[in-house]
Amino acid sequence: MTVVSQETLQGSKRSKLFARGDIALYRTISYIILTLLGVTMVVPLLWMVSTSFKPYEEIVLPNFLPKHSTFGNYRYVLTETALPRWYLNSVIVAVMSTVSVAFFDSLAGYVFAKYEFPGKRIVFLAFLSSLMVPTEMLIIPWFIMAAHPIVGSTWIDTYWGIAFPGMISATGIFLMRQFMQGVPDELLDAARIDGVSEFGLFWRIAVPLSLPAIGALCIFNFLGNWNAFIWPLIVTSRREMMTLPVGVQLFSTEAGSNWQYIMAGASLALVPLLIVVIIFQRYIVEGIALTGLKG
Amino acid sequence: MFKLTLARRKIIWAYIFLAIPIVFFSYFRIYPTLYAFRMSLYDWNPLAIHQKYVGLENYQTIRSNLENPRSPTRKAFENTATYIAFGVPIQLVLALMIALMLNEIRTMSNLYRLLFFLPFVTSTIAVSWVFRILYERQGYINTLLKTFSLPTQPFLRSPDQALYSILVVVVWQGMGFAVIIFLAGLKQIPQTLYEAARIDGAARWQSFRYITNPLLNPTIVFLVILQSIAFLRMFAPVYAMSVQGSGGPLNSTTTVVLRVVREAFDSNHMGFAAALTVVLFAIILAVTVIQLRITTRRID
Repeated sequence: MTVVSQETLQGSKRSKLFARGDIALYRTISYIILTLLGVTMVVPLLWMVSTSFKPYEEIVLPNFLPKHSTFGNYRYVLTETALPRWYLNSVIVAVMSTVSVAFFDSLAGYVFAKYEFPGKRIVFLAFLSSLMVPTEMLIIPWFIMAAHPIVGSTWIDTYWGIAFPGMISATGIFLMRQFMQGVPDELLDAARIDGVSEFGLFWRIAVPLSLPAIGALCIFNFLGNWNAFIWPLIVTSRREMMTLPVGVQLFSTEAGSNWQYIMAGASLALVPLLIVVIIFQRYIVEGIALTGLKG
Repeated sequence: MFKLTLARRKIIWAYIFLAIPIVFFSYFRIYPTLYAFRMSLYDWNPLAIHQKYVGLENYQTIRSNLENPRSPTRKAFENTATYIAFGVPIQLVLALMIALMLNEIRTMSNLYRLLFFLPFVTSTIAVSWVFRILYERQGYINTLLKTFSLPTQPFLRSPDQALYSILVVVVWQGMGFAVIIFLAGLKQIPQTLYEAARIDGAARWQSFRYITNPLLNPTIVFLVILQSIAFLRMFAPVYAMSVQGSGGPLNSTTTVVLRVVREAFDSNHMGFAAALTVVLFAIILAVTVIQLRITTRRID
């Protein structure tokens, strides 16, 4: 850390020598433009929150803040609609899938990073090649598989039905393989000689050493599932099994467009996202760069 | 002897650990992929007991639809092409500009990054509905136009403007992702190159032209491909911003995936819809192969 800051110090000293005015001007312009663009980034989101406090008559009016702010929309969606249930469904599905992805993706990634076995290349390529198939191609077969499942009578309108396509992710396996390659072999071998079981090596050595990557994986998976739309839309038909994004849409078809309720629902949906994003911002930015550039 | 048994034991454990993922990928990824291919050869109706084999008829229907300028399928492919043609360049140019500026600033740079990133993590459905309100006839954007004495616009209600109105939202929402990828790409360019250029008296635009631009090229290619695929798969914004998820007005905003969902789940033309997804798959595969060709050297 100190080395880096010293380097940047030297760098800025040097740039001062050569083009002090130039840099200051450029930075100021950058701040002005970024602030303007940044405002356009947040205004629609703030608009969403402020609309959720507006009474029905004010919704399409161009005033930013409500003239008569009300908690009525929240009271309505929380007590008179299935929204609390949709919220619960979204949490259940997102947690189910995230726990499963965290476990199986790190286990598979660990195996691909640390084991030699016949067929390794083929299995790995088969997993990776599934990334080339767009989800949209699979939803029709998935729907038929969910309507006539091998286990049980139907997967439609069940948590498993919503979650099964995302229980293991190839991107995650690839990411974890990259990361687990950094786990030192000497450490694993030493533990092996000490009589640690093969699963123990994974669970007690590889996993603790890979927590940052597993964390990033969990965050992405949670965000992705929380916002997932096309599959939950197709696999749910009963109101009480819908997830938040699918259910909130219903407010628009019931009695005209009850936008104030949709905005209240959307604002509530934003809360867990904001918490996750603000707490884990650094992981997210690094994680996107990692998965994005290497995947 | 000990070594051999250990190696064998490791092989067995590898397959035990991989058992569930192998079953998962076989049954939920590979099998449905083949299933979709098979369905595309049938006049598949979920309500029928026996599915009728029709060979390539569904693909011929797609072809004849593509020749008919008024068919919704043709419209879907045209619209998707328009979304890509405008969306990808606009998004990337804006994102690159923002990334270059974000790379320059020091104070509060994390806060600024977060600002550009927020729309990306927000649900597309929520974002779409906000913009529906903003685009309203009496809405905020038209009020802004009025203050500048400009004529008000119908936006989402007009067959000519709806597609571009939706495009703005998609570009706005997806930009944060491109910004972060660009920032990561910029970080990898050694700072010493810029310092050397500065000592040699290079102007700022010259260092961009001769250092940033060539070294960022792989990132740009990567993003062009990735964002093109994202636009090819577009569904939720159009579904949420057109009335009743119709892709209207008059199919002016509909996309390939929206057609797939409509044909498969509203009209029960699952065979035809499956054929459409196979075509989509072929296009995405072609795009991915191009990406691999261009970037293979970097991955190795």
